[in-house]
Amino acid sequence: MIAADRPMQRPHDARLLVIDEEGRITHAPRSRFVDFLQPGDLVIANDAATLPASLRGVHGPTGAEIEARLVWRASLHPADVHTFSAVVFGAGDFRTRTEDRPPPPTLAPGDRLLLGPLSATIAAILDHPRLVLLRFSGSPESVWEGLARHGRPIQYAHMTTPLAMWDVWTPIAALPVAFEPPSATFALDWRSIRTMRERDIAFATITLAAGISSTGDPALDRCLPFDEPYRISEATASAIHRVKGEGGRIIAIGTTVVRALEHAASRDGSARGSREREGASEASGGEAPRALNVVRAGDGIANQRIGPASPLRVVDAILSGTHEPDGSHYQMLRAFMDDATLAAATAALETMGYRTHEFGDSVLIERKMAASHISFLVQRVGDYNLVCTGRNLCSGPREQS
Amino acid sequence: MARHLENNLNNLNGIRAAITGGTSGLGLALVREFLRRGARVAFVARTREHVESVVRAHPRAHGIVGDVARKEDIYPIALQIIGNLGGLDVLVNNASSLGPARLALLADTECEDLELALATNVLGPFRLTKALLGALSASAREGHGSVVLNVSSDAAVSPYPQWGAYGARKAALHHMSRIWNDELASEGIRVLSLDPGDMDTPLHAVPDADPATLKRPDTAARELADAIATALSASFLAAQTTAVEVTH
Repeated sequence: MIAADRPMQRPHDARLLVIDEEGRITHAPRSRFVDFLQPGDLVIANDAATLPASLRGVHGPTGAEIEARLVWRASLHPADVHTFSAVVFGAGDFRTRTEDRPPPPTLAPGDRLLLGPLSATIAAILDHPRLVLLRFSGSPESVWEGLARHGRPIQYAHMTTPLAMWDVWTPIAALPVAFEPPSATFALDWRSIRTMRERDIAFATITLAAGISSTGDPALDRCLPFDEPYRISEATASAIHRVKGEGGRIIAIGTTVVRALEHAASRDGSARGSREREGASEASGGEAPRALNVVRAGDGIANQRIGPASPLRVVDAILSGTHEPDGSHYQMLRAFMDDATLAAATAALETMGYRTHEFGDSVLIERKMAASHISFLVQRVGDYNLVCTGRNLCSGPREQS
Repeated sequence: MARHLENNLNNLNGIRAAITGGTSGLGLALVREFLRRGARVAFVARTREHVESVVRAHPRAHGIVGDVARKEDIYPIALQIIGNLGGLDVLVNNASSLGPARLALLADTECEDLELALATNVLGPFRLTKALLGALSASAREGHGSVVLNVSSDAAVSPYPQWGAYGARKAALHHMSRIWNDELASEGIRVLSLDPGDMDTPLHAVPDADPATLKRPDTAARELADAIATALSASFLAAQTTAVEVTH
């Protein structure tokens, strides 16, 4: 595939490869994405805004130039901005491939990092010499101001120009918690959301602190994705419950939405949801949770990997970027569709010159309805008192009206 | 139930509000009024000393240094607003300046001065609203209601001689507000354009003004806060309403 090297969220010629539930592959302009949805569907996007998480500065003990890329924090709470984990690089910037970036000087607990107006201390070295736990000093306001004034969006060598924050905030960007943009959402604009509404297609959001896609270090990259805090509002949980009950499909915009929803629908997510909801009363309006929702509202930390063996409890289709077969994002797509069909799609993406990376083209993959999935759904219907309509969940794009 | 409906219609308890131009005049009065009604407030102004002074007087408010007229400041401002408040329910685009074109005949107004006036008072609020639209719509989807107030003027509709640059930009902002309001009604966001009246503030310190006839900023702030509380309730109760009558 061709690297998309310009920061245009919605180029007029963006393309969409569609795999329907029977494995048929078609191609369309991405602007026609909504035509592949059906009345009664629920589209869910990640509304996380992107932090300027690349911080240039100096390693206090040696004076060496470094770049710290923030990659994780424990919660989404506004005041909880003192502790982050970060991947630290030596001198240089995004123009050098991460694989070729020199390591930082030897880092040790207690070392001070001077990052523009921000000051942080290394609290611990984590599982790798360049992965550290940072503690920022100062008030939450001063940390937010320091990030806003000094931070830059994390970016990679395939982009030729520095990214600005307006390049990476999606049209629906809200809570600034993502470390890299939830880029599948670049495909959305306000007109498409309006069109959905006009066609009786519901729209909702979750918030997940999308982590970084690459560190350039093979050992660290094997750990990706890191754990990601997320929040699901009562409104979104209720909408999922309603749509599932009415036989509609859940369409996830991006891998981060799949990760959050499937985690919140799992036993693990349910347990976290009930325990952590007290701290999330702000997001849920302080109302009592609905015990029987398909996914639990509240805050959680998505820590699972989704692959070919993962049951999809919630999501029926995914709109995503075009992913190479060697990454974790591609592994998630294998939960939706068989390997042979995905391989055919990859070949088509290559042959037809689709663009890849965060500003690239998109794929829409409907979940293949295997027998095991059907029996699982029936079981869920029993669990949640839903109504199984037996509706054919995909009949291809609707006619333009 | 939206938080502001839990007590009474004029209460803004728990509402997350951002106010630009928050260190003097109407903006400062709005900061005080919102805090008094229980809102969580972030305010924006250009001068750090003034911001820090207001924060010292009102420690519960989040002060943000930035200039909404500068394109490069918009996203850092938006990041700090949403970051500190954890979301946003109300945005008040209040920052304004008469600039060098005050009280000039249009024929004597330099093109560059008009350009600057439009950049400051039309593009600035447009950019900031756009950057914050995701957070405002998230609030609406979660049932909190969501309101943008653009501070307008009777000069937006009445052609006052010598107030050409000011009137033109206020008219542009006013008209844009009405279109925003129509387009965003389906998202549950209401956009108001309200005239607070002629006030005794630095902006209105014009030679021919009689202070006795000018409204106190505190009075105007109370009226605007009432209007916002009412609009929030309506936004919550009727998210699909399509039109709002913009008053002057």
